[in-house]
Amino acid sequence: MDELALNILDIAYNSIRAQASQIDIRIIDSIQKNIVDIEITDNGQGMTKEEVDKVIDPFFTTRTTRKVGLGIPLFKQSAELTGGYLSIHSQKNQGTKVKTRFIKNHIDTPIMGNIIETIMTLIQADENIDYVFEYETDNIHFIMNTQDIKSILEEVKITEPEVIVWLKDYMKEGLSQ
Amino acid sequence: MKSLEDLKKIREAAQNKMTMRMDDDQKYRIVVGMATCGIAAGARPVLNTIVEEVAKAKLPVTVLQTGCIGMCTLEPIVEVFDKEDNKTTYVLVDAKKAKEIVAHHLMRDEILEEYTVGKYKK
Repeated sequence: MDELALNILDIAYNSIRAQASQIDIRIIDSIQKNIVDIEITDNGQGMTKEEVDKVIDPFFTTRTTRKVGLGIPLFKQSAELTGGYLSIHSQKNQGTKVKTRFIKNHIDTPIMGNIIETIMTLIQADENIDYVFEYETDNIHFIMNTQDIKSILEEVKITEPEVIVWLKDYMKEGLSQ
Repeated sequence: MKSLEDLKKIREAAQNKMTMRMDDDQKYRIVVGMATCGIAAGARPVLNTIVEEVAKAKLPVTVLQTGCIGMCTLEPIVEVFDKEDNKTTYVLVDAKKAKEIVAHHLMRDEILEEYTVGKYKK
């Protein structure tokens, strides 16, 4: 997966599988600080320390359709290759925070890619999950909270195709200020 | 600028639609595999193309996501279910094929045999 946005999608799906009802995705993409920080925080079922160790180990997975899960280990390796890191803080029945840092001007740091498609896809996955999406660069600071959107929509589902398309344009404008 | 007023209009339109038809009037369910294998193979633009095309044509179709369907080498995989739960499985889908699936299968009830799993598993 050659863009950060696809890895973000992959990691956030772990939160969905962990039965999270709230997922916060915070990105700082700064030339001045020379970093790309990606923080994904959920209130899902969380993990014990042993489980966290296993998630980082490439030969651990909970899925039954295929033996090897490589999302987290590969993303960690990719971050470390640039001089950054990936850390997981998790507490059983509390939630999990995955924090990843890339060094922005390193040649191996992947492009951000289509973060808007990633957020659209996540919101579309389950109407009952709320997201806070925050994107900060040297020039812009965009925050979107799906709870605000839902309060306008009343009983109309946020996963309605027309709403998802509106959200796409809304994010596009917010990120191109 | 996209305003929240636009969103209110969408809400009102959707509310009108809901009073006209119940959820079980949905003609098709279309399901996209979104596990790591699907994402790596390009499922994200496939899903978003389907959402956009369904929104554009205002089709009575439910778009859903699922995990690994179990044929990772044939991802992206899209399954279409009709009202009787008959399933058509499309494999190796990209954004272009996704548009065709919406235009033919969802809008005109024509199955695109050449993209189905049967073609690849023979």
